[in-house]
Amino acid sequence: MRYLPLSEKDKKEMLLEIGVGSVDDLFKSVPCKDNGTIKPFAASDEITLSKEFKEISENNIAAEDVPCFLGAGAYRHYFPAAAEYLLSRGEFLTSYTPYQPEISQGTLQIMFEYQTQVARLTGLDVANSSMYDSATAAFEAVAMACRITGKNKAVVSGGVHPDIASVIETCTQFSKIETVVSEHLKALTGEEEINPDADCACVVAQIPDFFGNIADLTDLAERCHKAGALFIVVFTEPLALALVKSLADMGADIAVGEGLGLAGNLNFGGSGLGLFACRKEYMRNMPGRLVGETVDADGKRGFVLTMATREQHIRREKATSNICTNSGLNAAAFSMHLAWLGEQGFKNLARLNHIKALEVASRLESVEGVKIVNHSFFNEFTVCLEGQSAKATVLRLVERGVLAGVPLSDFYGNAEEYLLVAVTEMNTDEDIDALVRGM
Amino acid sequence: MEFNVKTLFEEGSADKGTDVYVKKSADDFGGIRLGEAAQERNIGLSGLSEPEFVRHYTQLSQENICVDSAFYPLGSCTMKHNPRFNEKAASLYGFAHSHPFAPDEAVQGCLEVMYRVQELFKNLTGMEMAVLSPAAGAHGELCGIMTIRQALTHRGDAREIILVPTSAHGTNPATAAMCGYKIEQIPVNEKGTVDTKYLAERLSGEKGKNVAALMLTNPNTCGLFEEEVQKIADLLHKAGAFFYMDGANFNALMGIAAPADFGVDAMHINIHKTFSAPHGGGGPGSGPVVFAKSLADYVPVPFVVFEDGEYRIVHQTPLSFGRMKMFNGNFPVIVKALAYMSAMGSEGLKRAAQDAVLNANYIKAKLSNVLNLPFKQNCMHEVLFDDKTLSEIGITTLDLAKALQDEGFHPMTVYFPLIVHGAMLIEPTETESKATLDAFVDAIKRIVEKAKSGKQEEIHSAPHFTPRRRLDETKAARQPVLTASS
Repeated sequence: MRYLPLSEKDKKEMLLEIGVGSVDDLFKSVPCKDNGTIKPFAASDEITLSKEFKEISENNIAAEDVPCFLGAGAYRHYFPAAAEYLLSRGEFLTSYTPYQPEISQGTLQIMFEYQTQVARLTGLDVANSSMYDSATAAFEAVAMACRITGKNKAVVSGGVHPDIASVIETCTQFSKIETVVSEHLKALTGEEEINPDADCACVVAQIPDFFGNIADLTDLAERCHKAGALFIVVFTEPLALALVKSLADMGADIAVGEGLGLAGNLNFGGSGLGLFACRKEYMRNMPGRLVGETVDADGKRGFVLTMATREQHIRREKATSNICTNSGLNAAAFSMHLAWLGEQGFKNLARLNHIKALEVASRLESVEGVKIVNHSFFNEFTVCLEGQSAKATVLRLVERGVLAGVPLSDFYGNAEEYLLVAVTEMNTDEDIDALVRGM
Repeated sequence: MEFNVKTLFEEGSADKGTDVYVKKSADDFGGIRLGEAAQERNIGLSGLSEPEFVRHYTQLSQENICVDSAFYPLGSCTMKHNPRFNEKAASLYGFAHSHPFAPDEAVQGCLEVMYRVQELFKNLTGMEMAVLSPAAGAHGELCGIMTIRQALTHRGDAREIILVPTSAHGTNPATAAMCGYKIEQIPVNEKGTVDTKYLAERLSGEKGKNVAALMLTNPNTCGLFEEEVQKIADLLHKAGAFFYMDGANFNALMGIAAPADFGVDAMHINIHKTFSAPHGGGGPGSGPVVFAKSLADYVPVPFVVFEDGEYRIVHQTPLSFGRMKMFNGNFPVIVKALAYMSAMGSEGLKRAAQDAVLNANYIKAKLSNVLNLPFKQNCMHEVLFDDKTLSEIGITTLDLAKALQDEGFHPMTVYFPLIVHGAMLIEPTETESKATLDAFVDAIKRIVEKAKSGKQEEIHSAPHFTPRRRLDETKAARQPVLTASS
């Protein structure tokens, strides 16, 4: 058994030290042992497993191998080799949550750098050291806004990713919080108008929205603040933030985002990375772990987990959240990626994405029966396939080896002819030709 | 070694970073379409050239202790060895580059992995249903309790209370509160297990009908198996309540006993503890949940089924309480669970649980005359000491923990569980050798001897030889600096 170091001789000596005759004696308090419930299954050696897993993995169409225009919250980006290498270091991979700061400065400093990057990206004052993903972060933001305002109604724009809206609904359904999700088609066509009333604790809107539109949210934020509500902005493509007004400038009080696409490979959508930032005055109401700067006994700068009195291990049922394990290594990956890109690299990558998306949009616009619905977009837009089923088109193109996009009918009942098309730096000219031909 | 690494923002600058060549122009395609919010702004990101980049993070890594480099006996955290084949399997090209919204036909390999892990978890726990979407243990708890609430709602039963023992993980009461429940504590008896007399009284008659569930960690946070677990289950079921088991400590039981057999209705599994996925400095984890038949209809989406020779994701069921995460769960972590279970087989998992329990009892035996044991009986996979002996020799639990760092060990879990004074919870796991355990025991003995010989001051000021000395946590909390200034 290759993962188990104890030898038979060790075990004998240890049992003697303990003063029992056999290992079974240590399990006397456990009932229902070896009663046949657990059906035996065999062990395999690593050589066999290596082949077996490779075969299973090949039963997928890798997005890298085909023209792939899938997005909908999971955007395919290049991940730097240097970061991939560094993340595989045991010091990052096999350490726990940094409860012992004297011997965990590596993790802590990276989290501090990550918090700084997320704060600057959103324009907000502070960020936590990550949540599971954007959807759970959005729910936490809603719960936080309700705590701060003392009100219990959340209004979610129809332009918020339907899975994020759905997670907010799911996670608030058994609490005092009432969640109202606006109709999606109005958001798609740019006709949505949200007017929060005095009962409203928060409004949740997304930029770019699920359909790819980029609206200036400043007016909505103002209406929100007039009603005494907090404004929560969701983003699923952090790269887009390089080319628009900062979320804080638009009036966001809390911003939450999905870091998946910049934190490594897509990995079938997991594990995600929930970015979470807010204005300074709300920091003690934040969920999740926070890393802060301090000094050690010799006066040397160091970092620690801080403001733990918000958290479950101290506050139990009065905690700001039940979260414990977060997405630490993905946060490190995200942070490394941004450090590798730098300010110019990040902006250039954003420009490259937008320009590629412009190219695809302009070429698709010349295809008969295909219309771009968006007035504005970053690297993803919604296509209307006038009268045709988007799902059928997608399946037809899969057979030709093209992953054309995500049909809105996967999420909504009344959107058969709409297709979401995402274009990133990973799409080549050949990919674009294949898509346009296929359509 | 360099232990004073500048921050990224002190070291880097806005003009450094990688090259991204943009060869076409927006004007080639009719100009930008970013809308009214378009703005070029100074974000304040700092970049590094690649040589600086590699050195920055390599130096930072050297300030971390990890399972690869040292014994890491954090109680209730199961810091076992993380097999590298797991990492290789999870990063296979076909998995790494699968998109979550690809049609099922294009991701049969991913779905096979998920289906097999669901089936294996059902097998190991004896349960009817498994879902993999929860992202961590606490998220799994939320999943379990929401499922219970959905089942109760469906039968028109508006129960208001969740019971948790005083020894529970902090996540248990926090989770129950998130589901709108009131929390009531159940006392622990002098043996360190649930006071079933109290529980029986609490669940009797009309007042028992207001209890939705009990959340119980088993083995519990004292490292003890709840011997009366079947009685606990019976009492709950008779009162119409559900039995939720926090499976954070399943490492002691895997392959040995199936929780369904002792009446558990729902339990989560921490893949990042029991099933050998690494903790990554705080995540990502994965907290799948298994359910008995009584709850199977109410579980969240998505999950994977196998029908007519094809794997398919189920996105909707009539009675599901909904969706609790983006996409399909923490997929790479799920791959690691399959790799681990396939490497171990059922016998291997059983042996791992046995070795974990053996290691914990060995530490208990070796330290029984050095530290004070609040509960004397054999423990499971972790052993709990309190600070009675330490206070007699003038040092604290924290002092011992910090002094252990100087000895080259990661400390045990300290000050948890809360039911004993100055708790030290030691979980060695099965992947440590006897030699390591002996060295750890010797280190504790040395520290205790040092205190006995009057050198407490040296221990109060430990650690001395780590990348940082004790850090000022009060300053950090009172004058929070959460982002870099430059």
